[in-house]
Amino acid sequence: MIKIERLNIQFNNFSLKDLSLNIKDGEFFILLGPTGAGKTMLLEAIAGLIPVKSGRIIIDRKDVTKLPPEKRGISIVYQDYSLFPHLTVKKNIKYGLKFTKINKSLADKKYSRLIKELNLSHLLNRYPDTLSGGEQQRVALARAFIIDPQVILLDEPISALDPAFRQDIKMRLKMLHVSTSTTFIMVTHDLADALSLGDRAAVIKNGKIEQVGTIDSIFKKPNSAFVADFVGAKNIFYVRYIDTKAILNDLIIETGQDHKESFGYIAIRPEDIVISRLPIKSSMKNIFFGRIKGITNHGFFYEVSIYVDGYDFKSLITKSSLFDLKLEEGAEVYISFKATAIHNF
Amino acid sequence: MKRKKEIFYLVSLISGILIMFFILLPLIKMITQPSISSLKEAIKDKEVIKAISLSLYASGMAALISLIIGTPFAFLLARKDFIGKRFIESVIDLPIVIPHPVVGIAILSVVGKNYWLGEFLYKMGIKVMGSVTGIITVLTFVGMPFYINSVKDGFLSISPRIENISRTLGASMTQTFFRITLPLALKSMLVGIIMCIARAISEFGAVVIVAYHPMVAPVLIYERFEAYGLKYSQPVAVLLIIVCLILFFILRIISLTKKEKAL
Repeated sequence: MIKIERLNIQFNNFSLKDLSLNIKDGEFFILLGPTGAGKTMLLEAIAGLIPVKSGRIIIDRKDVTKLPPEKRGISIVYQDYSLFPHLTVKKNIKYGLKFTKINKSLADKKYSRLIKELNLSHLLNRYPDTLSGGEQQRVALARAFIIDPQVILLDEPISALDPAFRQDIKMRLKMLHVSTSTTFIMVTHDLADALSLGDRAAVIKNGKIEQVGTIDSIFKKPNSAFVADFVGAKNIFYVRYIDTKAILNDLIIETGQDHKESFGYIAIRPEDIVISRLPIKSSMKNIFFGRIKGITNHGFFYEVSIYVDGYDFKSLITKSSLFDLKLEEGAEVYISFKATAIHNF
Repeated sequence: MKRKKEIFYLVSLISGILIMFFILLPLIKMITQPSISSLKEAIKDKEVIKAISLSLYASGMAALISLIIGTPFAFLLARKDFIGKRFIESVIDLPIVIPHPVVGIAILSVVGKNYWLGEFLYKMGIKVMGSVTGIITVLTFVGMPFYINSVKDGFLSISPRIENISRTLGASMTQTFFRITLPLALKSMLVGIIMCIARAISEFGAVVIVAYHPMVAPVLIYERFEAYGLKYSQPVAVLLIIVCLILFFILRIISLTKKEKAL
């Protein structure tokens, strides 16, 4: 188990404030947060690469706060791969073996296994700058895993890759997580990565933890407007509750549950809002009439913003449904969403 | 718009040609002026050979000293931020901007016997004025900034993340420096050495004040010019240029092959 206790760091205009966090053995833990929140800093502090002002870092019941990075049994993989440019792929991978007392046959076995698992056998004599991003990241992973780290720190290992390689690296990360007993801590701002890889996650903002829990709970039950906004629930409204209903001026939204507070925030993820030309007959309790205010292209998806009675609702739809529904600015549409798609906080 | 661009293009072209002429004309004229026989004579002249050898030796020593004590310091400057770093960096650049004779006078003023350092050196039996030691001291003074700046830039271009990775893989700070940082900085170190030697070999003003004798090549060229005129100083100058070019060519080749290996 990794225990971070009241960690304070002040370094190059970034800081962590009184940060405490527990990460279980062998779990795949995700650190979420906007740029500059201190995610990379937290990783580098765990690795012993930046000085800690106060607080403790305990790995497997051992206080490592004062230990140099080479004595911690932690590997780190950066977004930019950071391979040693003057060494071949083979020498890059074997680099860590020079400093461990592991016996030769065991080391060779581990080396061959990693080469196979990460599909690197055809690249061994190449230099890093002749490799693609995906290949470089596979080498970086092999190099990190050869020393059998107790903990592996991944600093956005997927974000810089071409979409074609992302799936591959994701799959290999999953495989490594299953085949080793290593604890994974990964920084990402990609929610799809977090959802498909992570067990639990923490959302960090300005050097502080906003929320910790299972990935599912963070997505479904964000505990603050910030977390909700960050995990993608763009439709956040301040409402008054009456019984199970949330009142937003003239809009009455059925939330399906009673509320203790009389005021609060509700959030609805854009992909949970369905757009239609005619009112849909379904179990969805919330159907509102509105007018399309704008459509923005997000690559695979279009974000449609719909003006409903003074409020903007955002919905994500695919290109094909955009054409099927003949949506355009000014078009009159209905939006619908389930009561269970509403998050309260 | 197009016309303006053309005029500007023409201006830059003409200024380029002017600069090329300005640099190359005197050099080519000087190199082609002396006859082959006068060059042969210069090669046989023991005084000339001695002066050029001394120039090479003293500049080489200056580069070696810069390498040994300048490298760790350049690393510190590249990796750590501390209060007064800007000040220290300007101090390192000082020898570049100080007029050369002033450098000589400044060095002499601390090695004189009426100063504690001079007295200490005298007791140790180290003579600075009019000695090879003095020449090396002066050349190190003027050459070291070029070495440190070049190597510092080299270290800065290496991502600290690469060093971080090495540390987490079990290497200590020293092991990381010798296995990762140094090999990657090798090219900038070679460039630094070339710059340092080039600067040191050309030094005249400071050397002439600290040590007229033993004579380094620039001092000998000056003496020949003063005593016998242009014709007698040119062959020595040409020889010095040839030796320097050969030397820099070799170092350049080494640095280029190193780079190719890394790629």
